[in-house]
Amino acid sequence: MHDRAIAATHGLRHHFADLDQQRESATLGMWVFLVTEIMFFGGLFAAYLVYRTAHYDAWVTGSEHMDFWFGTINTVILLCSSLLVALAVHAVQVGRNKTCALYLWIASAMGVAFLVLKGFEYHAHIVEGAVPGALWKLTVPDPQAVQMFFYIYFVMTGLHALHVTIGIILLAVIGWYAAKGAYSPANHNSVHVSGLYWHFVDVVWIFLYPLLYLIAHKKA
Amino acid sequence: MATIAAPAVERENYLNTDFSVRSWLLTTDHKRIAILYLISITAMFFVGGFAATMIRLELLTPAGDLMSSDTYNKMFTIHGVVMVFFFLIPSIPATLGNFLVPMMIGARDLAFPRINLASWYLYIVGAGLMMYVVLTGGIDTGWTFYVPYSSTYSNTHVITAIVAIFLAGFSSIFTGFNFIVTIHRMRAPGLTWSRLPLFIWGHYATSVIQVLGTPVVAIALTLVALERAFHLGIFDPRLGGDPVLFQHLFWFYSHPAVYIMILPSMAVISEVVSTFSRKRVFGYIAVALASIAIAVLGFLVWAHHMFVAGISVYAALVFSLLSYFVAVPSAIKVFNWTATMYKGSVSLTTPMLYAIGFIGLFTMGGMTGLYLAALGLDVHVHDTYFVIAHFHYIMVGGAVMGYLAGIHFWWPKISGRMYPEAWGKIAAATIFIGFNLTFFPQFVLGYLGMPRRYHSYPPEFQVLNVMSSAGASILAVGYVLPLIYLLWSLRYGEVVSDNPWGATGLEWRTPSPPPTENFLETPVVTWEAYDYSTVSEVPVAR
Amino acid sequence: MWQTLPLWPVRASTLANRTDALMIFMLAVTGFFTVMIFTLIFIFAMKFRRARNPIATQIEGSNTLEAIWTLIPFGIFMVMFVWSASIYMTWAQPPPDSEEIFVVGKQWMWKFQHPEGQREIDQLHVPLGRAVRLTMISQDVIHSLFLPEFRVKQDVLPGRYTTLWFQTTKPGRYHLFCTQYCGTMHAGMIGEVVVMEPAAYQAWLSGGNAEGSLASTGQKLFQQLGCTTCHRFDTQGRGPNLVGAYGKPVLLDDGRTVTVDDNYVRESILTPGAKVVAGFKPIMPTFQGIVNEEQLLSLVAYIRSLSQPAQREPVNNRPAAPATRSR
Repeated sequence: MHDRAIAATHGLRHHFADLDQQRESATLGMWVFLVTEIMFFGGLFAAYLVYRTAHYDAWVTGSEHMDFWFGTINTVILLCSSLLVALAVHAVQVGRNKTCALYLWIASAMGVAFLVLKGFEYHAHIVEGAVPGALWKLTVPDPQAVQMFFYIYFVMTGLHALHVTIGIILLAVIGWYAAKGAYSPANHNSVHVSGLYWHFVDVVWIFLYPLLYLIAHKKA
Repeated sequence: MATIAAPAVERENYLNTDFSVRSWLLTTDHKRIAILYLISITAMFFVGGFAATMIRLELLTPAGDLMSSDTYNKMFTIHGVVMVFFFLIPSIPATLGNFLVPMMIGARDLAFPRINLASWYLYIVGAGLMMYVVLTGGIDTGWTFYVPYSSTYSNTHVITAIVAIFLAGFSSIFTGFNFIVTIHRMRAPGLTWSRLPLFIWGHYATSVIQVLGTPVVAIALTLVALERAFHLGIFDPRLGGDPVLFQHLFWFYSHPAVYIMILPSMAVISEVVSTFSRKRVFGYIAVALASIAIAVLGFLVWAHHMFVAGISVYAALVFSLLSYFVAVPSAIKVFNWTATMYKGSVSLTTPMLYAIGFIGLFTMGGMTGLYLAALGLDVHVHDTYFVIAHFHYIMVGGAVMGYLAGIHFWWPKISGRMYPEAWGKIAAATIFIGFNLTFFPQFVLGYLGMPRRYHSYPPEFQVLNVMSSAGASILAVGYVLPLIYLLWSLRYGEVVSDNPWGATGLEWRTPSPPPTENFLETPVVTWEAYDYSTVSEVPVAR
Repeated sequence: MWQTLPLWPVRASTLANRTDALMIFMLAVTGFFTVMIFTLIFIFAMKFRRARNPIATQIEGSNTLEAIWTLIPFGIFMVMFVWSASIYMTWAQPPPDSEEIFVVGKQWMWKFQHPEGQREIDQLHVPLGRAVRLTMISQDVIHSLFLPEFRVKQDVLPGRYTTLWFQTTKPGRYHLFCTQYCGTMHAGMIGEVVVMEPAAYQAWLSGGNAEGSLASTGQKLFQQLGCTTCHRFDTQGRGPNLVGAYGKPVLLDDGRTVTVDDNYVRESILTPGAKVVAGFKPIMPTFQGIVNEEQLLSLVAYIRSLSQPAQREPVNNRPAAPATRSR
């Protein structure tokens, strides 16, 4: 049994008054950071919206060249990983560090699976020639606007993949700390805020998926 | 000199705990990071100032004779990029804000000290890259990076400069992010929102803009860099892109960025005017809410930079109307500062002189903003020297005067020593005179029709340009003076007490310079903001 | 002295009169408030200086005053807004019977084409008293055409036509600047506007070495490029009949409707697949890289001419317009 006083300050950084303040700061910090991230993607969504309005037909054409199943399976993978992260946060709250670690690692592995699938998908685009610029091989009406679609597609999903990569590392590291027993029901900020980050990565994909993959289906 | 009588054993403070270079470069103390920022941005200020000097020298004569047009284009671009992204945006928040926000709210540090240090390193890498750009051929796009010139036609280091700005942008986001969390979560017991100094309100509003606006310009500039690197066409009209979209994304940040520069200055002015009138700020709530209103409305006016850029007439009407809305809270602030002096006990120290200068010049800058928000007038004065004069009145007459007011006001707290008062007043007067001589003629030039970014100009504009260049030389002297006497005072300045001005903020209720943990014990606040009955009378009549 | 130190620009257009009136109003209002603030600060700093007034009187604030100095500026701002917006609306809407001139901006020169066929570089001749409408496009980066004595400017974009109009009130030679930074010789992208008495202008137009009107140049190009194969002047063509099409709305194959204007004509030549007229197949090839901006303008001029009720009167017979003509 730990001494109460020690327990109350275990993991407390010097500049905070108490653990509550530290936890609230970390949570608010992550939310503010995510707001920044939303604005970061927001610029791209604005560009997407402007050009989609201007070249709707080209957007449908572009979307037709997307592989529905790659997108859908990846959506399922990310949703499941998000669930696991939520379960991991719950596990650490009830003091089961090992379970928490396991969930985080599986979620992290699912992130890797997402990236692998995304890699195959990018490869398919390159083979098909659906890459704007020098590698462009598609013959479609209004090729300029369709290239624009793929440009925005690559920037959006590329930026998202960058965030997934950071998330994979984050979850793996936090999982490692959890396995070592670094967290307790009273002090598990890192798990909580990493979870928030992963949910954000998931939510961005939830927007990207219909915007990029489902336009053609909507029309059909 | 008073320094000779310095106590044999100095009190331990944030400056003398450890003198090693390592202790500075790896510090997580917000006060030391503030000093690191102070040194870095001062260096960048003189880089930008050098470019400004070259511009004013070239414009002495109508012909483009001092330097080639390409060199001139690089000079104004370097001046703009360095001054905006590497001096003005970090100026007050990263130095005074970094130093004072935790102290004013009774905290031991910012919420995320290591992110604060990371912010400085991002800034340094960005500034280093920018200096690399400056020294290896420069950049000639103008600080606005308008496409397709920047994405396709320019032959200079556009991508490197964009990376530099991107890094500086994230350093600014980190600062704002830290402030928001700190102000929300780390206030001392008893320090409610309505008891916060207006300095904190101003920085809170600033931080909101930094966090919301900066990522948008980061992504817009990233798209320009991608377009340039891979010949893709999101903004290139030859590939179906829309160059005006870039302007929307750019100004969505860069207009609020003006408020990133001016809100912290306003925050300083509120403190200074109150302290040297020894009187609570008139209409505290109105001034606080005006800061928030500026931050919010500031996001809704960006297209007033684009009235002649080919946007729809109806969009222009809406943005003009909203631009008038955002002028209202600025006017409220000016009236309240003025009213604060009424029946006060006014002492015209150096910070107060700068503050008064700020109010005057900001009034003129703000009023001329009304001309630019006026649709029909903007058609004439857009992209002329009228715009140049207007935003220099806001950013130099406003932001820089506020910065200097703050530096002088808190210098005793930061360094533990007083600056030389007589020299301070001389410098303040020099800057005020030099500034007006430099920039007032530019209003006239602008209405006459002299376009901005011109390397040569029609001869009838020469007299006004010579006046402006003459003013610039006075202004340059005015800026070098504080650099010299502030450095001098570090060694020879009079050692000051904890609260030399009789000010009310928590930062004045701890030693000068403060200890590493800011307060010997956590303060408990039981008084309202600017309650002068809680501090002793200061006999010093300056 | 005023030649070496000018303080106010010459007024030479109808809009300049209105702009200057607003400017004077703004100067008066803002001048008043600026002087008021400066005076108050000076008085307070003197009257309440610490030596005279050692103890400050604490005043919380005043909601009445806050309301006053919120509402009064707001009211004044609204006057400014409405006044300036009315000028802007005039600036934005060229009168329908304007003299048409086409402008191509490029690094670093201005090219002007009169419909009658006259071309000029960095110099623009316009008739006194008639509304003149410029249809402008850039060949490379964004430029901006600024005529300070007329108090008007408009950005000149690549890829899209913008327009600018003015009606001159005073003969003379005036500045013409590029105000959107466009690279190395931005400051050299200047010229002059020559405002001529209508009779002299007519003489200038008919003199020189005009090679036929702009529309006729466009007509020749239209035939050379083989446009007539599909765009026949009957209903049998594989492309829409262009006679009478300009200025009218047209239904597209995706159900949208667009007005056939300069920008739509241009887009249809360069990216024909983008907006296809209902009932036609997207078979037209792109002419990107085949026609340059000046040729595009001549095609636009030709297609415009197909919708004019009658052939324009010969320029020499055009009546001299009165200076106060307005619409």
